[in-house]
Amino acid sequence: MRLVRHVKSRPVLPAPPASPALVNSPLHRFATLVAGCTVLLVLAGSLVTSTGSGLSVPDWPTTYGWNMFAFPPSKWVGGILYEHGHRLIASTVGFLTIVLAVWLAIQDPRRWMKWLGAAALGAVIAQGVLGGLTVLFFLPASVSTAHAGLAEIFFCMTVAIALFTSPRWIEGVGSREHLENIALRRAATTTTVLVYVQILVGATMRHTGAGLAIPDFPLMFGHAWPTHWDPKIAIHFAHRVGALVVALAVATTAALVWSRGARGTSGKALTRPAALLVALVVVQITLGALTVLSRRDVWINSVHVVCGALVLTTSLVLTLRTWRSKFATMTVRGDVRLKPDATTEATAATRSVRLQADGTTGARA
Amino acid sequence: MRLRNMWVSALGLTLAASMVACGGGSKETSAPADSSAPSGQKVDAATAGDVNGVVSFEGVAPKNEPIKMNADPVCVKENTTPQTQETYEVADGKLANVFVYVKDGLGAYSFDTPAEKVTIDQKNCRYHPHIFGIRVNQTLEILNSDPTLHNIHALPKGNTEFNTGQPIQGMKTEHKFTAKEVMVPFKCDVHGWMNAYVGVVDNPYFAVTDKDGKFSLKGLPPGTYTIEAWHEKLGPQSTMVTLGAKETKDANFTFKAAAAATD
Repeated sequence: MRLVRHVKSRPVLPAPPASPALVNSPLHRFATLVAGCTVLLVLAGSLVTSTGSGLSVPDWPTTYGWNMFAFPPSKWVGGILYEHGHRLIASTVGFLTIVLAVWLAIQDPRRWMKWLGAAALGAVIAQGVLGGLTVLFFLPASVSTAHAGLAEIFFCMTVAIALFTSPRWIEGVGSREHLENIALRRAATTTTVLVYVQILVGATMRHTGAGLAIPDFPLMFGHAWPTHWDPKIAIHFAHRVGALVVALAVATTAALVWSRGARGTSGKALTRPAALLVALVVVQITLGALTVLSRRDVWINSVHVVCGALVLTTSLVLTLRTWRSKFATMTVRGDVRLKPDATTEATAATRSVRLQADGTTGARA
Repeated sequence: MRLRNMWVSALGLTLAASMVACGGGSKETSAPADSSAPSGQKVDAATAGDVNGVVSFEGVAPKNEPIKMNADPVCVKENTTPQTQETYEVADGKLANVFVYVKDGLGAYSFDTPAEKVTIDQKNCRYHPHIFGIRVNQTLEILNSDPTLHNIHALPKGNTEFNTGQPIQGMKTEHKFTAKEVMVPFKCDVHGWMNAYVGVVDNPYFAVTDKDGKFSLKGLPPGTYTIEAWHEKLGPQSTMVTLGAKETKDANFTFKAAAAATD
């Protein structure tokens, strides 16, 4: 029995031609490095919260009056190690993002990629300011949660840039027939949104001190349902319910991926992230349970945060690949931008594009 | 003769005025810090009495949590003996580190703010004292005697929160609490084990129990008072005391192990 009966497939689009001119391996490797460093940054940030070190450096942007980069390593003691370390890693990622944005602006011919690089730079700057504000205002839950939420968005941007600069993406892998699955597209997109919402709920729980508001697991105060309520219990409960919702969404998306019989190189573009996503969700729920059972062990708690970010970005990669064929219309060749004609949506046989360079008239491709 | 008497009187007045202006001859070494202090009823020392008491602990006190100072080599070096928290300081059934104060009953009495500073010192990576009291608008001096850095982070509910870094040994900063609040916690985010509590009150009748659990509130005017005893884990207890002129009354408190166990 098929899990989803009313899977509607869009008409088959021919794979967009490879654009070797767009392939820039050094840029892709650098974008991947930035994304990797962002994982470290998320870990460092989660350690700051898990160890309660958020205010161990009371000033910002200075560190105990020193220029941040001149603060003596001999004074990196106690909570300062985590907070100051987080600031230094954040500064490094910020610098790398500047390089990435400039590199994209200079060498990537896709205009939207230049904007994406600029947006990532703007996000990392805003993220730094939010981090400073949360210190100066003694960690208000709203600012700290916004800091955590923007961190995930920035991480998503770096992963997306790494994906968009990858040779396989540029060569059009993942844009073939079986990816033209609207149900899968919707499921993957919904899953990504749900994961992000779940992370926001988790961040709210974390920054309002509700991590152990329900102290037992899998039961809640010894029952299947909380026996009493307050705002912290409600947030904690929402995070547990959110975990179930995300697990169901991931299972549905994964089932859709496999139910389409994805095979070959293009198929792996979906099955691999889908498999990884399922595995990460299992690990993530386990870590969440252990966080409660271990009374918020610092490392378990922190890895739980990192794993959540990996669930989000894996889901994002899967989602973007289901949308790959749409991106084909955003590809540029030299100075010419291609955009589908309205008829493209209705007719698969012909693919109409309008040359928009200098506002010239439409043409058939 | 009359003229001479006038000169003598004028000289005497001038001298007296000079002495007052220079503070000479005054027995008060602690002039009011706040000249705009409330002008309510003043306590008549001739009728004032005392409230003395003992705070006891019934049952077996929980063990104080050991402190690991490995996060800072300086702290390890400065503490050669095993360190524990100061939560339950119990000896022979008497409980130390309990803040006792007059919570209510002083009515229209007003008290000048002392000019003396109250000092909290960060020494050997601990706060000294661990529990103490201060008056509203009295100056709190925060001292770092350690050759390492500290941040002192106050987490009041009714006063303004502050978080001050003191990276240099010998640094001093000052702060005033503007509203009464029992208690305001302090912590050092660098050294997570460091904690202290200050009771901010609007009268001079407060004390912290010593190692024998004893306290004394001296110079109280006649009246009926609510006396509260506060412990950092066991919470507050209160009792009523009626004090006549020049009387001395006892007000004893007993905290129980059961309350500690449910903490």
